[in-house]
Amino acid sequence: METIALIPEAQLARTEFRQRAACPELWALLDEVKDPEIPVLSLWDLGILQDVSRQGETVTVVITPTYCGCPAMAEIERDIRTTLARAGYDSVAVQLRLSPAWSSDWLSAEGRKRLQAYGIAPPLAAAANRVVKCPRCGAENTAPISEFGSTACKALYKCNECLEPFDYFKSI
Amino acid sequence: MSETNRHLIDYTIAQGDDALILGQRLSQWCSRAPFLEEDLALANVALDYIGRAQMFYNYAVKLEGGARSADEIAFMRDSRDYCNLLITELPIGNFADTMARQFILDLFNVKYLEQLIKSTDSELAAIAAKAVKESHYHLRRSHEWVLRLGDGTEESHAKIQCAFDALWGYTPELFEMTAAETALLASGVSVDRAALCGAWNEGLAAVLAEATLRRPADGWKVTGGRNGVHTEHHGHLLCEMQFLQRAYPGLRW
Repeated sequence: METIALIPEAQLARTEFRQRAACPELWALLDEVKDPEIPVLSLWDLGILQDVSRQGETVTVVITPTYCGCPAMAEIERDIRTTLARAGYDSVAVQLRLSPAWSSDWLSAEGRKRLQAYGIAPPLAAAANRVVKCPRCGAENTAPISEFGSTACKALYKCNECLEPFDYFKSI
Repeated sequence: MSETNRHLIDYTIAQGDDALILGQRLSQWCSRAPFLEEDLALANVALDYIGRAQMFYNYAVKLEGGARSADEIAFMRDSRDYCNLLITELPIGNFADTMARQFILDLFNVKYLEQLIKSTDSELAAIAAKAVKESHYHLRRSHEWVLRLGDGTEESHAKIQCAFDALWGYTPELFEMTAAETALLASGVSVDRAALCGAWNEGLAAVLAEATLRRPADGWKVTGGRNGVHTEHHGHLLCEMQFLQRAYPGLRW
């Protein structure tokens, strides 16, 4: 049976905001910047890229951290600067925006597909209470091993069908 | 500097101190937890707290006009200048001691941060909105562990009961207002801690009962952390945490 994927409202609002943006070329450029821990996700896919704007020679990039203590934030900021500098933008301001707080609902639809293909089960909608499917065999017979995993944004699960352990992108 | 601003800085730094000291304590489990998954979990929670401390300190730096950096606040103050709650500085003990403390504090933090979200200070409200999501997540796990240990084997039951008994006298401090907090309450900046006591007690009693544990009797209590009067453990913790910055001031990775 074909299922129609519904996207969370927050994600729809993000997509519309990006479509209205004044400098689409800068957004496209920043799609090259990936999460250092999960290299299949761009900052946009991850939902941490909030805004990109240009005032004269200066480019301002607004990002929201996933977790308070995520050690990748410093590296992400460096990667933003490097990528923009390569394209000739030397004057860059990176602003950290805490509110509204990041939610795993902000992950893009493409990002979710890429996570799955990469072997990480994508996050369920924050309000949902559904089963986590095994990203390898698709089985629904899975169980958590630990609420925390190899990085701040992941939990550790196992599949009771194919017996493989796998990462689950925490829903928050 | 106005008195209100001084109160706001003191309040913000105390929030950061609670988070940093607890985060530092939790990080001491790294490579020593009962099993690998728990090792990762404890280190992750520690990281959340250290990140939370960084956000509060960075805000304090802004309020102070950049007179000192967040690193200086963390690494160059002595024990008497730290205002963390005493319960955060106690040694990690055994696994039951650590999980009992986490549960006590996770439950408190969820209730506290839910109020701080409504702060009239937009920066504090934003930090709270970010942190409360993590605290909800932490609570889910510490709750689970209290049930497993309490309603587990005879030994696990005895150990976590003993942990709650030993920590009990440190919990009244969670509900004591400092002068700065009281002053900031009128303008809706801070949170009325005393008002959270009832809901916290109810929540805790329900979980203890479910875990077949006994609620410790009220009696003795220890306070003083907010005034910089700490337990003997505090200096040892700072000694380890601050060593590098004390030996090589201004060192960067």
